[in-house]
Amino acid sequence: MTDTAWIDAALTSARPQAVGALLRYFRNLDTAEEAFQNASLRALKSWPQNGPPRDPAAWLIMVGRNAAIDEVRRERFKAPLPEDDQAISDLDDAEEQLAERLDGSHYRDDILRLLFICCHPELPATQQIALALRIVSGLTVKQIARAFLVSEAAMEQRITRAKARIAEANVPFETPGAVERGERLAAVAAMIYLIFNEGYSASGDTAGVRGALCEEAIRLARLLLRLFPGEPEIMGLAALLLLQHARTAARFDATGELILLEDQDRTLWNQTMITEGLALIDKAMRHQRSGPYQIQAAIAALHARAEKPEDTDWRQIDLLYGALEVVQPSPVVTLNRAVAVSKVRGAEAALEMIEPLAPRLANYFHFFGVRGAFLMQLGRNDEARVAFDRAIALANTSAEAAHIRKHLDRLMRDSALTSAKTGK
Amino acid sequence: MLYAILCYHDEDFVGSWSKEQDAAVIKKLRVVQDNLAKQGRLGPVARLLPTTAAATLRKEDPPLVIDGPYAETKEQLLGFYLVDCKNLDEALDVARDLGAANPGGAYEVRPVGTFMPGGLSK
Repeated sequence: MTDTAWIDAALTSARPQAVGALLRYFRNLDTAEEAFQNASLRALKSWPQNGPPRDPAAWLIMVGRNAAIDEVRRERFKAPLPEDDQAISDLDDAEEQLAERLDGSHYRDDILRLLFICCHPELPATQQIALALRIVSGLTVKQIARAFLVSEAAMEQRITRAKARIAEANVPFETPGAVERGERLAAVAAMIYLIFNEGYSASGDTAGVRGALCEEAIRLARLLLRLFPGEPEIMGLAALLLLQHARTAARFDATGELILLEDQDRTLWNQTMITEGLALIDKAMRHQRSGPYQIQAAIAALHARAEKPEDTDWRQIDLLYGALEVVQPSPVVTLNRAVAVSKVRGAEAALEMIEPLAPRLANYFHFFGVRGAFLMQLGRNDEARVAFDRAIALANTSAEAAHIRKHLDRLMRDSALTSAKTGK
Repeated sequence: MLYAILCYHDEDFVGSWSKEQDAAVIKKLRVVQDNLAKQGRLGPVARLLPTTAAATLRKEDPPLVIDGPYAETKEQLLGFYLVDCKNLDEALDVARDLGAANPGGAYEVRPVGTFMPGGLSK
């Protein structure tokens, strides 16, 4: 590994802890970020010469803090003291504790505070994700903009807005109590899941850039799990992400077209990720405190365990979706369950199950894709064609549309064949 | 004499390697391993999954299962090698070679008392 690659990894891994600690000192996201930035620049100069410090995070916190204090001192000469000099008196305290042991006693609270701020309930989800990727993960605005397929200026603005909102919201910097912590933990988990989905839903042509979001989400999930090692839903979340991401290499063909689970080359699935995912879901189940992430991970685990598509335990998957409908009722969950039902009890029963969903999923690509597939299985080809046409109109990516077109082509071939046979 | 070389490293750091960085480290380590294997001195090698996948059984009465690794330290046991070496110096040489391929962290070099090769069937 080259020096710079090594330093990059060290800075990335130290970042949540270092920025979290700097935020504790300065109580201002921008100041904390700037301090970390300064410290990182010094690290790039000093580490190749002097060798890496034993504890990079502690080094960055110390250097970042001192640099920011110098900055504040310089500002003091230029401008009169601000009325609210809370930050500065805090600095003085911090200076006296120069020899503070960075032994990780603050570790957990610092990182949590950082994650909680990014997931502040006043922020819309899009801003939460952007802020977390910038502040916690340390992706550049350019990288985040590329991953979300928006311009750099737009992303910059999104992050600035998020920070302004947090400043306005007067976020308390104390670590929240037990009840609030539970609620906020769920918000952090949801944010991580959204980051993953951003990467996972990428189509073939953007999968390279956006796929990095999946890796980052997994890194964040492991980080969260280290903070809450006994929380089964966080184990479930990490397991779910790993089991889904394990299939990445098999999900697209050479032309970037989506390959469905049934048609994937299962030898391309990443077995190490699957093993880790299975181990986590296994551990989570012991707690007997089920939740949506665990159930979804258990479903993904059943797919991962099937060496061939026909080995899939659809009966169990049907039951798990049934459980998911109870804890997290949603038409999309029922739609997914219907796929399992079609395997266990046939397309007719499955179709019956999804008909009531039509009004709520009237603009949902997958609804029409699945409906078309059921109708096709039942030989109701004209109705199937209508459903597939609607699906193509609603497709979010070119890969989705191309996939449905394949079905349509097959319908055309079949009906051509039928008319040839019957002489029509 | 058999030595265990226990690999300790900052898990966050190793987890922050890009896929390419990870592959590059593994490739370099493979060179050291292949060299030992050719001499018939390399025993089992294992890379462990992240400690988040671990559970710990505390042998109290009754035994207590805790999620996570045994020790909550920054540097964690991430893998191990078993190598056949004449003496500590030789074992430390192996550790040095491995360390040059995979910098950072520490290797604990520990003589093996009893070794049962076992027999996994899969």
